[in-house]
Order: sequence, then C-alpha cells, then structure tokens
Amino acid sequence: MIMQKLLMRAVLLTLVLTSHVAQADVKIQEITSPGGIKAWLSEETSIPFVALELRFKGGASMDRPGKRGAVNLMTALLVEGTGDMDARDFAAASEAIAAQFSYDVGGDTLSISARFLTEKTEESMALLRGSILAPNFPQDAIDRVRAQVLSGLASDTTDPNAKARARFNEVIYGDHPYGSVLDGTVETVSALTREDIQNAHRDTLVKDRLYVSAAGDISAEELGVLLDKLLGDLPLSERPLPDHVQIETTAGIEVVEFDTPQSVAIFGHKGITRHDPDFFPAYVLNEILGSGGFEARLMHEVREKRGLTYGIYSYLSPRDYAEGYFGSFSSANDRIAQAIEVVKEEWTKAAENGVTEEELEAAKTYLTGAYALRFDSNAAIARIMVGMQQDDLTPEYINTRNANIEAVTMEDIRRTAARILRPDELYFVVVGHPEGLMTQ
Amino acid sequence: MTTRITSWLAGAATLAILATPLTAAQDNVSSFVLDNGLELVVIEDHRAPVVVHMVWYRAGAADEAPGVSGIAHFLEHLMFKGTDTLAPGEFSKTVAANGGSDNAFTSFDYTAYFQTVAADRLDLMMQMEADRMVNLQLAEHEVLTERDVILEERNQRTENDPGALNREQQTAALYMNHPYGVPIIGWRHEMEQLDRQDALNFYEEFYAPNNAIVIVAGDVNPDEALALAQDNYGMLPANADLAPRERVSEPPQLAERRMTFTDPRVAQPYVVRTYLAPERDSGAQRQAAALQLFAELLGGGQTAALPQALQFDTQVAVYSSAFYRGLSLDDTSFGLVVVPAEGVSLTEAEDAMDAAVAAYLDAGVDEAHLERIKFQLKAAQIYERDNVSSMARRYGAALTSGLTLDDIEAWPEILQSITPEEIIAAGRRVVNRKASVTSYLQGADSAEVSQ
Repeated sequence: MIMQKLLMRAVLLTLVLTSHVAQADVKIQEITSPGGIKAWLSEETSIPFVALELRFKGGASMDRPGKRGAVNLMTALLVEGTGDMDARDFAAASEAIAAQFSYDVGGDTLSISARFLTEKTEESMALLRGSILAPNFPQDAIDRVRAQVLSGLASDTTDPNAKARARFNEVIYGDHPYGSVLDGTVETVSALTREDIQNAHRDTLVKDRLYVSAAGDISAEELGVLLDKLLGDLPLSERPLPDHVQIETTAGIEVVEFDTPQSVAIFGHKGITRHDPDFFPAYVLNEILGSGGFEARLMHEVREKRGLTYGIYSYLSPRDYAEGYFGSFSSANDRIAQAIEVVKEEWTKAAENGVTEEELEAAKTYLTGAYALRFDSNAAIARIMVGMQQDDLTPEYINTRNANIEAVTMEDIRRTAARILRPDELYFVVVGHPEGLMTQ
Repeated sequence: MTTRITSWLAGAATLAILATPLTAAQDNVSSFVLDNGLELVVIEDHRAPVVVHMVWYRAGAADEAPGVSGIAHFLEHLMFKGTDTLAPGEFSKTVAANGGSDNAFTSFDYTAYFQTVAADRLDLMMQMEADRMVNLQLAEHEVLTERDVILEERNQRTENDPGALNREQQTAALYMNHPYGVPIIGWRHEMEQLDRQDALNFYEEFYAPNNAIVIVAGDVNPDEALALAQDNYGMLPANADLAPRERVSEPPQLAERRMTFTDPRVAQPYVVRTYLAPERDSGAQRQAAALQLFAELLGGGQTAALPQALQFDTQVAVYSSAFYRGLSLDDTSFGLVVVPAEGVSLTEAEDAMDAAVAAYLDAGVDEAHLERIKFQLKAAQIYERDNVSSMARRYGAALTSGLTLDDIEAWPEILQSITPEEIIAAGRRVVNRKASVTSYLQGADSAEVSQ
C-alpha cells in the first residue's frame, strides 16, 4: 500500500528532459524523489543492471583541525560492518548477490559508486544503506585499517611521484586542506579515535551536500523510492564547508633531493573557475598546449621532437575552493633541466602568441567529435551525469557544449592565453637528483 | 595520461586477478576469415553510434630474437612514425581530426593497435591500419628520438619503482629458458642498442594479414564490417614465410629460487612467491579454470582465505592476496603476496603465508564461498556487456594466446562446472616449491629479516 502511494508521487514529480547529443542519444531525466532527493537518471533497459553514483560535497576537506586523515580512514571503514554484520559478513553478503560497491574520497567529494543486478536491487540497496547510514566502526577494524593507511603513508615517503604531489600541494595551497595529504600524517592517523571517525562520518555524509545519478535498468519511479529508502535518513550538515583559497606563486624551481634515476616534475600557477566566461577558450587552449594527445604542443616539443619524456600534459584544475593550472612529466636526471626549459619556452610562446588557426580548427574538430564517444556505457553516463551536477550544469549542457567549443575564436584564445598563462608565476617542484638544476 | 602503453603481466605485489568470464553466445559475436588469412571478429553493441577498431598481431615480446629485447614494444611506438603516404604523427592526427582517439599496447604474446571513433569512420580507420600493416617508412632520426622515449618509459615504469624492478628480477628467475623471463619493455642495455633495422626485421617477420586479427566492436553490422574489411585488408598479400609459433619450453625445474632485493627506496617491505603454472590451452581449460578459482578463494577480497588468516584471525599482514593469469600462450605463473604488519619479519610473513595455504588445501574448499564466486562470475558477464571495448580486448587477448572462439565461448560454463576436488588438486599441483621463486623486497635498513 505504502509502496503504491510512493510510486504515484514519484511519477508526478518526475520532470523529463531529453538531451540529444551530437550523435549519442542520451536521455536524462531529472527526478525528485517523494522525499525530496534530486537525481539524474538515464534509463537503459537492455542490460539488467544499474550503475548508481553518489557524491558528497566536502570530502576529505571536512577533516577537523588536528584530525587530518579522519575522513579518509572513515571512508575505508564503511565496509567494515553494519548492524549485526562484521566486515566479513558484509563482504560475503555483497559477493553473494554480486553487488559491487566502491568508496573513495578526494579533496572535494566523498564518492560512492554501486553496480548491482536489477534482480538484486532490494538486497543491494539494503547493504549499501547499512554501510552509509549505520556503519559500526568497531575498534578492531579501525586498528586494522589504520595499519593499512600507515603502511601506505610509509610507502609514499619514498615514492617520487607522491613526494612531488605532496610538496607541490603544500606550496600551492598552504594551510588550506588541499595543501596537505588527505591520508593524514603518521602522527594524526595514529592518534585518531573512534569518536573522531564518528565525527568524520557525521560531518561528511549529509543529505544537503549530496549529488546522485543512475544509469541502467531502473525507472524514475523505482529510483525515487529507492533513493528515499537508501538516503532519506541522512542528517543535514552542521559544519561549514572549507573557505576558498587564492593561489599565489612566483616563477621558480624547487628541487627536492631524492636518489632515483628519473626526476618527477609538477608545475603550475593559478587558473580560472569552471564558470568563468573564458572557460571554453581556456579549455580549448589547453587542449592545444598540453592535453597529452600527440598533437599537443608540450607532447610534441618535449617527447616527439626531443625524446625527453614518455608523457607530459597540463590541465585546468577548477576545484571547489581553488583554481589552478597545472602540469607534470618525468625525465631522466640528466635531461630534466632541458625539459623544463622547453616547457617554460612553450608557456611563454603561447602566452604571447596564442595558437595558430590550424591548431584551433584541429582542436575544435577533435573536441566536438570526441564528446559523443564518452557516452558509451551506463557506467560512463552515470559518472558524467554526477560530474555535471557537481559542476552546477544542467542536462541542457550536453546540447550546448559543442556549440560553445565551436564559438571559440582566435581572438578569444589570444585574450585568454595572455590572461591565464603566467610565465612569471610558473613554479616547478622537482623530485629526484636533477643535474644542473638547483632551487631558484 | 600517457599513451602507447605497454601492458604488463599482473603486478605481482599489487594485483589480484579478477575473474573475467567470456561468453561468445551472449556477446553477439560473428567471425570471418579473409582469403589472405586475416581474421575478423565483430562484436555488436548498438547502444551508442561508436566503434572500437582493433588490429591484433600474433607477435609480442616473447617472439623477439635473443639480443633485441624490447623490439616488439619499440616497433609499436614506431608504427606511428609514418608510411609511404602518411607523415610521422599523421596517423594519430587523422584519428583526432575525426574526433577519435587511438593508442596501442604490447604484451608477451601480442601487439595491438586500436581506435575509438564514430561508427561512420570505420572505413577510414581500416584504410589506415591496412596501410601501416605493409607500408611502414622509418626515418633514422625518428627512430633515435623514439628510442629516447622508450628509455624514459622504462625509467618511469621500472627504474623509478623498486617494486617493478623486483618483479622484473623475479620473473627472470622464474623462467629459466622461456622468453617470458625477458621484460616486455626490454633490458635497458639492449634497448639502448635497438635500431631501425631491428624494428624493420620484426615488422617484416610478423606484420602481415595472416598473422593479424581485426576486431570491430560497437555499432556495426557483421556484413558491413566484412565488406569494409575485404575492401581495405583483402588485397594485402599474406606472408608465405610466416613460421609456426613455436617457442622454447622450460626444462624440469628442480630447485626453488630465492632472492632478496634491497633498495633504500623501499619503505614497506613485502614477500612475493610465484610458481610456474599451466595456462588456458585450447580444448583443455579445466585446470586453468580451477587455478583461477583457487586464486579467488585464496586472495579475492575480504572473505578470501589469506586475508582471513593473516589480516583478520591474526594480524600478521596489512595486505595479502593471490593472483593468476590464465590467458597466456605458454606456461604462466600463480602468485602469492604478503605485506607484513609492523614488527613482523618477512620470514615470519612467508611462514604464515605457507601455513595458511597448506591449511586451506587440507581443509578443502569452502563451498559457500565457491558458490558466491561462481555467482559473481555470472554477474560479471552481465556487467561486462556494458563495456564493449573491454570485451574486444578480452577476445583479442584470448585469440592471440592460442585460444579459439569456441574456447572463449566454453569458458564461463567451464568455470561454473569446476568442482572443489578439482580446485584442491590443481592447487596442490601448482604450489610446488621446486618450480617457484620467492622474493623479499626490502629497504636498506631491514637486511636482518632476510637472513
């Protein structure tokens, strides 16, 4: 009886929008569950399973002062038991119905991805609900998983890539949560208590900072009912989100000595927001400069022409609380100084001269043609839909995105290049034993 | 991020191989053979107007002549450096100009090239792949610059990672005679000497329609794909001199091998055991199926035997797993890995690992666990229908590893039919210390645990 009523209300609240991608025909429905949870749905019934994506804004940046690593450890503990199930029972129950859950945390979001067979929807969601709403956080599991985190932290102390990332973020973001490793430090992680874990859970998994998408064999009505049962009892947020941080750098190189044959470099400076009027020109510009494709200038100059690296790329990083423009590559210790010079030259050249007409046309052709190819599976569509919500876009974006790319002119690129490429602020962190390179 | 990727065997320390069943029947697969010997496999999925076009050569690192290790992978890079009609880089540029993306990868038993494009661009992709199958042109300076690139690739993948160096040494010790002991990317001192002629020799010997499998997966009808394949690949001459694929085999292995790899860059030590193991053979896949299930039972996630014994019942380890890769032309390996908890020596970790495996073989298979694994394997067939390019990869890897479409089709049923007795028997056979290598990976200051 109750089920019936809910179904009816879900139908009434469903707003159907159809978005026609250049070629891929993705129909996105924006739904609101009877209980008020919003979600995007792409219904596709040919394969009997559902991909469900949940994102909680805040993520590891919700760590309380002195408790760095609490949200990360909490996230890893969500599968370690709920109700009368311990970790083994929970895993066995998921295996028995072939439900796949993954839990991950980053600086902006805590992500939960689920994949389950249509015929096992109810059982799958009961398990997932337990892990999200009522994890037990038993002390023995906290200690066991903590040991795994500490082991990972130890490994990171001698991994040149992890060292480079950690130092670069420290320089770029300073005291902001983005500036420290979200796993925490040996000191903070060792000191975390069960209460800290419970606080991290309360701070992060909240109903008013939630984004949801689903793709696959489920109707709007069914999804609405499912979401209320799964997430309806989540509390509302009590703690504020982190502050915005302004990135400020001056041109320079910092060498972190580490005895390894190949040096790792990360570089960058401030960037622009996702909703900046110049975002599309900036996106196209970076495609030409450093997308990582073989046509990109950095790849061409550093790898194809000079053989100085296996891969080099740059990317815009518009995060929730900071905007950066970064890149990275690795080169042998005796060649990295040369590679850095080439990167600096290309950065300056593009800032001063923009790109060629031919490059702009090629980038547009690629970007507009490749867009539809992204929507090639339910799993991919679910991820794209939840990402669009996080970026504060509407389903309509799928129809307008290519036109926005097409509209970028040479003048847009020139203006944007002069604005966002900042050779005077380009900062490099290099981890290794680079020859002829010193901190400057 | 990086491209033209070398595929590696399962990272011994980090990966447990997940079961990936194959079903030809359900997968909507058709296959054809052209007159020149080229095989065409079509996997239909009409949900999106996209196709993946792949060319797989039955030639990989294990087909290299002695002394030129890495040449299969180097040639893979050089295949983007132009033909009679395409300038260096123009292949990828043309794919991009058509809104597509392309890449390639090399393994022991195959080299493969692929493009993901809108379905109406399939003809052009075939035209370009057919062109570079026979018309490769290599300029000397392109070869030398690209050699620097593969050396940087080796730096990035291997030299900068003690775990990867340890894996390389361990694999070299496991294979006393077979070329699987030589790394796919090559030994550095040989890579440094590779030249244009080495690449062309490999190309002339192995790149021909009668040594290739074309896989088209996505929004395409089999008849259309066949017509396009005939137009583009049909006129290419077969290589009459293509030799049968016969490799040297392992002698009886009579002595267990043990190694200690010490590197100051290791902060978290661990122990890895690899055993020589049978692979999936055409028409005889039961033992491999039993080993795949054995690996799952021992190491596939929280409820498996090794984590239960070493991480839950006792706190010997922070991580433990088992791995097995059945897709291989010749004898493969079965592996165990244990990352000890703080205060536990590698010797203690190894002993606990051996005790746990022995106890499992004595106690017999947990049948409820086996049922859960089998159900997951069935579900995996459904989940994998969502990803047509991964399906294309599975077909390509199987067909270049000595299996047939019938073998691929039979595999899911074989996995479902394996009994607990077969698993224990296969397990007992594989854990033969005489055909094994045990490695201790440790930091400079932990020499005392290696004894």
